[in-house]
Amino acid sequence: MEQTGLIPHLFRTEFRKITSVLCKAFGIENIQVAEDIASETFLAALETWTYQSVPPNPSAWLYAVARNKALNYLRRNQLFAGKIALQIKQSGSGAEEMDIDLSDQHITDSQLQMLFAVCHPAIPAEAQVALALRILCGFGIEEIANAFLCSRETINKRLFRAKEKLRTENVSIVFPGEAEISKRLTTVLTTIYLLFNEGYYSESQDTVLREDLCQEAMRLACLLIEHEKTSLPDVNALLALMCFHASRFEARKDRNGEPVLYDDQDETRWNNDLIAKGAYFLHQASRGNKFSRYHLEATIAYWATRKADTKEKWENILQLYNLLLQTAYSPIAALNRTYALSKANGKTAAIAAAEKLQLTGNQYYYTLLGELYTGIDNDKARNHYEQAAAIAKTNADRQMIQQKIARLSQQG
Amino acid sequence: MDEFMLIFRHQDGTKIASPEQIQIWMKQTMDWIGGIAAQNKFVEGNGLPFDDARVVWHNNVVTNGPFGEIKETLGGYIIVKADSVDEAVEFAKGCPVLQGEGNSVEVRRHARP
Repeated sequence: MEQTGLIPHLFRTEFRKITSVLCKAFGIENIQVAEDIASETFLAALETWTYQSVPPNPSAWLYAVARNKALNYLRRNQLFAGKIALQIKQSGSGAEEMDIDLSDQHITDSQLQMLFAVCHPAIPAEAQVALALRILCGFGIEEIANAFLCSRETINKRLFRAKEKLRTENVSIVFPGEAEISKRLTTVLTTIYLLFNEGYYSESQDTVLREDLCQEAMRLACLLIEHEKTSLPDVNALLALMCFHASRFEARKDRNGEPVLYDDQDETRWNNDLIAKGAYFLHQASRGNKFSRYHLEATIAYWATRKADTKEKWENILQLYNLLLQTAYSPIAALNRTYALSKANGKTAAIAAAEKLQLTGNQYYYTLLGELYTGIDNDKARNHYEQAAAIAKTNADRQMIQQKIARLSQQG
Repeated sequence: MDEFMLIFRHQDGTKIASPEQIQIWMKQTMDWIGGIAAQNKFVEGNGLPFDDARVVWHNNVVTNGPFGEIKETLGGYIIVKADSVDEAVEFAKGCPVLQGEGNSVEVRRHARP
């Protein structure tokens, strides 16, 4: 049946639009009502389209049904007696005249405003990501639970609390004022980046789902870039960064779904379109004099799209990490910086720097030390690899480390 | 954890070295700072260019630079986090400025962290 594929597809693309527009019309405190009406609309589609034919313009059909359901709701419900009725009375129109605007422009505006509302600084980061997936990306609870590797119940609770917070903080669905945009964007970009990383580094086995997360993060960044006031340099830099990373999505897994390390990747499987897009947005990001952590990370990611092991490449990457760590420290950046140091300044300098990091709870710390000691002191290298294997979190990681130990033994 | 300022005292590099040599010192300095930042111990830092430097004296007498009398002028600083002055001193020992004889790095604790 045709609609078996069509409805999930439409759900992904249209659910978020309908929810954003309804939420904008009803106010954030009625976010659940907006979500319910959007869900009921899809339920109606499922029932009607299964017994009758699929309408020629399915999106328009969904909008019409959603609009009717919303207006019915307004007419009947006690919501009408409360806040909304009061507003409508003041503006002198009744529910009949109150329009649910589902034009392209209004959909885009509503989604952009919802993005700012969801990424409100009052909401914990973890909840922002879950909320963004639900409201802005149209993910089901099951899918979100899979992505985060936790139960449906946990996600439901997290979403419930986040919605409560939106209500109690009285977050309004509006575009932030000129002076506030840049500050509010910081949280929005962090959430988008988290969303992307969730997909890129997730331990979830579901490859399609993980790629979806990355694409959704990129789509949200595009939404910001298409709007004049939010197409700022750091937004462009973040999108460039995501394009460069995503270009390696295919090459990171072999035919059996096992991870392939950067050095072993077949660069003919890198996506050149995405690399070119990344270069374009990085160029866009270089207008103005603002230089964010995303600029640094995007430039590092750009160098990673050039496979050749040149001195110039590693010297550049080292200096970029030197700068990145000064503004945004993270253990993974510290480890990557030390790897770049070994390529640019030699292993002896890198070992000395690595010993000082003391990231003793981190498996990648020991993998790095193993890597650095290989060829210098293979016994020490083996020791470090074994320590890494002992604290490795996944089987795939453990296997990768065992391969490295095996390679050491072959060298003798 | 306390904050310490590491203050570099050295000659004006542009007077004694080629641009290529200065390039090398720059890289060494960036690598040194990067190493501290990789330990999550870097707070901030800046260079103090020698051109356009002035000294204001008692009775508002203003002179160019502090360069007349002293060879070791302030060239820059970084602020680090450290558990003790000894740890801060260990950071200071890696400073490329110390390659020049007579140069120094002064380590001072911040009154307010």
